[in-house]
Amino acid sequence: MPDHQHEPERAIAGTGMGGTMDLGVDEAETLEKRPGVPDGRGPQEPPRSLWSDAWRDLRRNPVFIVSALVILFLLFISLWPSAIASGSPLKCDLSKAQQGSRSGHPFGFDGQGCDVYTRTVYGARTSVAVGVLATLGVAVLGSVLGALAGFFGGVWDSVLSRITDVFFAIPVVLGGLVLLSVITSNTVWPVIGFIVLLGWPQISRIARGSVITAKQNDYVQAARALGASTSRLMLRHIAPNAVAPVIVVATIALGTYIALEATLSYLGVGLKPPSVSWGIDISAASPYIRNAPHALLWPSGALAVTVLAFIMLGDAVRDALDPKLR
Amino acid sequence: MLLEVRDLHVEFHTRDGVAKAVNGVGYGVDAGETLAVLGESGSGKSVTAQAIMGILDVPPGRITGGEVVFQGRDLLTLKEDERRRIRGAEMAMIFQDALSSLNPVISVGDQLGEMFTVHRGMSRKDARAKAVELMDRVRIPAARERVRQYPHQFSGGMRQRIMIAMALALEPALIIADEPTTALDVTVQAQVMELLAELRREYHMGLILITHDLGVVADVADRIAVMYAGRIVESAPVHDIYKAPAHPYTRGLLDSIPRLDQKGQELYAIKGLPPNLMDIPPGCAFHPRCPLARDVCRTDEPPLYEVSATRGSACHFWRECLDD
Amino acid sequence: MGRYVVRRLLQMIPVFIGATLLIFLMVNVMGDPIAGLCGERRCDPATAARLEREFGLDKPVWQQYLTYMGNVFTGDFGTAFNGQEVTELMSTAFPVTIRLTLIAILFEIVIGVTLGVVTGLRRGRPVDTGVLLLTLVVISVPTFVTGLLLQLLLGVKWGWIRPSVSSEAPFDELILPGLVLASVSLAYVTRLTRTSIAENRRSDYVRTAIAKGLPRHRVVVRHLLRNSLIPVVTFIGADIGFLMGGAIVTERIFNIHGVGYQLYQGILRQNTQTVVGFVTVLVLVFLVANLVVDLLYAVLDPRIRYA
Repeated sequence: MPDHQHEPERAIAGTGMGGTMDLGVDEAETLEKRPGVPDGRGPQEPPRSLWSDAWRDLRRNPVFIVSALVILFLLFISLWPSAIASGSPLKCDLSKAQQGSRSGHPFGFDGQGCDVYTRTVYGARTSVAVGVLATLGVAVLGSVLGALAGFFGGVWDSVLSRITDVFFAIPVVLGGLVLLSVITSNTVWPVIGFIVLLGWPQISRIARGSVITAKQNDYVQAARALGASTSRLMLRHIAPNAVAPVIVVATIALGTYIALEATLSYLGVGLKPPSVSWGIDISAASPYIRNAPHALLWPSGALAVTVLAFIMLGDAVRDALDPKLR
Repeated sequence: MLLEVRDLHVEFHTRDGVAKAVNGVGYGVDAGETLAVLGESGSGKSVTAQAIMGILDVPPGRITGGEVVFQGRDLLTLKEDERRRIRGAEMAMIFQDALSSLNPVISVGDQLGEMFTVHRGMSRKDARAKAVELMDRVRIPAARERVRQYPHQFSGGMRQRIMIAMALALEPALIIADEPTTALDVTVQAQVMELLAELRREYHMGLILITHDLGVVADVADRIAVMYAGRIVESAPVHDIYKAPAHPYTRGLLDSIPRLDQKGQELYAIKGLPPNLMDIPPGCAFHPRCPLARDVCRTDEPPLYEVSATRGSACHFWRECLDD
Repeated sequence: MGRYVVRRLLQMIPVFIGATLLIFLMVNVMGDPIAGLCGERRCDPATAARLEREFGLDKPVWQQYLTYMGNVFTGDFGTAFNGQEVTELMSTAFPVTIRLTLIAILFEIVIGVTLGVVTGLRRGRPVDTGVLLLTLVVISVPTFVTGLLLQLLLGVKWGWIRPSVSSEAPFDELILPGLVLASVSLAYVTRLTRTSIAENRRSDYVRTAIAKGLPRHRVVVRHLLRNSLIPVVTFIGADIGFLMGGAIVTERIFNIHGVGYQLYQGILRQNTQTVVGFVTVLVLVFLVANLVVDLLYAVLDPRIRYA
């Protein structure tokens, strides 16, 4: 019978339809893999470890370099926004509302007369904080639960699978609306907590799958036969194999969590003013779309570039880490 | 001559360089004749067959020279649509792995019937009847019921019979069988091979049998062409080769067959590895592995010397090899 | 097959209960279910107590849940904040969202599959690289941004469409919202089809089909596409549930009075009956869509056996 294996993996994306799945693995078109091609043996290369091999590939990949630079820049401005924006994002002057760009205010002003450039710079902090912290939470919780289920199997596993099914059946944005609409705290923590709550099943499925695969490896069986303890088996032999896929999926998910935060803030249940978030700014700018489109376009562009950078980074890391593609 | 391949060259362009898969192959098949093409993997035997059929992956593959004359026409000069009409109807191919070569989601009846609907314009109903007839012909039991089934529901031997039936459908003049029994159990191999030989006789077709298994060849082939590094190194009637090979590579292949009277002795193996196709050794490509190699072998590429009217060898020292 | 369906239906029960219970708890425990019942004002304590008794809110949560589900199965979904029956809201909201979803699915099939086939057959060429990059961008830009930008361009700047949809929401007004709703899935369908086509293009059975002398379009459509679309069809099938549940954002942007709009209103006004009722139906749709996809899988791929 078909299990859920063929169902594309879904992540929470901030898109309202909750769809992230495998971004379509592009298997490298190497000569060896093509049928009908005689063996073209290249010069013998010494074997290297998965990670150093991946790093060597990544360093040469322009997609990786560009997205990594964008992400480093984002990290920088979320730690020190004042380094490139001198004003305060909360200093607004209604008399300048909806005005276009001018010297000192390259992105113009929004509907409240706030400087769009300053707000866009400061908005990065929210996005990066939510993305990084939520991903950490999801990765830790998901890996631990998934690894335990995969390692011990049995009742643990069945219960976890059912719980995962329940979480997948709830539309993400809807869950966010219901849960967050009653929370009055205006910090990033409720949003992060919600993402962790709904996001862990995705990672746990992946971790469970790779642990089950790793468990069946001959060397793990051999270690077990030699009397290795359970904790030693998990840490030394199984965990390293499960880490790579989790990292890849988590990186891509990070992008979608940023989008999700913006979506929830746009819907008015994520962060609320006076917090600074791209989602809030986009939401606030949408009524003035006709007169002040710049107030909508700049935060939208920043959001899109940020999400794209994380997704492309994850994509590049996946291509580099997947040894099947070599 | 039904089919004649002349001086065929095929290259593969890859990231790491150009692999010369076929370097001047020439062989011919008469109607009713069976030619066995023998060689290790990477010797170019399958690539040559794909070039003849016109199913080479282009790119990365590229035919850089030569002729494929079939029933008096050079196929390489024809337009794709003309070649398509010949494929399946005038010449057909049987592949090694029937499970992956048959479409998993289409019933075998439809896959067989397709030959008739596409090439002959038959109705689906008539084509279905033809499919049943063909399955009977290759001795698949309960053909009328099984025609609706899918490839995975058949055993390996039965699937290969379906491949054979498909190749046979339009009674082509030439069949190319690429390792047709390699993927099968030993007991089934003989049955399938026998069926193929029998049908060839009955329809008086030419058959090119590509294999690396010398054991299969002796019973069914009329002639043998041995390939190495994209070239024919020896071509001869089957009995001549078994009696006395005229190329050290052929000798090596024959010596590496286990024999009952050599029980207990170490099995012979040709030393070294087949050459890298991106970097074929100069002179005779076999020289690094050849027990007879001398200086001339490292510099001069041997032509196909005429050993007799029906026999050729691409070895400078074929006489020595014969006398051994 | 029959036994498989029965088993799957049985498996759906815990998931259904789990998902509805979760939402029920979220709304009940975290929110104030009677807050929305007195209109915009807060209820005075006497009224609140009366209402609580009336709705059985003084009972334990699990009992409330059972009562509610019992009512649901007799067709009673309760009343919405404005005194309307929830079923009445559903009968106006669902047709709109179903139309919207239908358009979105059509976009996925027509544009997504076509682009996927075109790029899959031309891997590494400029068309392929371009489309691939475009799909990444579409995936990265959140739906609400895509929606607002398209509304700005097509609706406001160029005036091709009405920026907001009228309350009847006929098909032609839903074309752009449908595209927006589909956008991310569309990109996935393209990538999925592309990968699948490119993988199968070099398969042995495609080589056989060429060796049989079949015309190119027949090789592509009958042999290549048929196999490559199996994962795509299952994705699109499963997407129906996601799209209907995910229409909140799109419906808000274009002011469409569908399921998402009613849910949004219900949530803002903390109306338990509306929210739980709509979610219950959505979860059912999701589960049934997934079951249908699994069954469809068997139809498309004869190798799958249900035991």
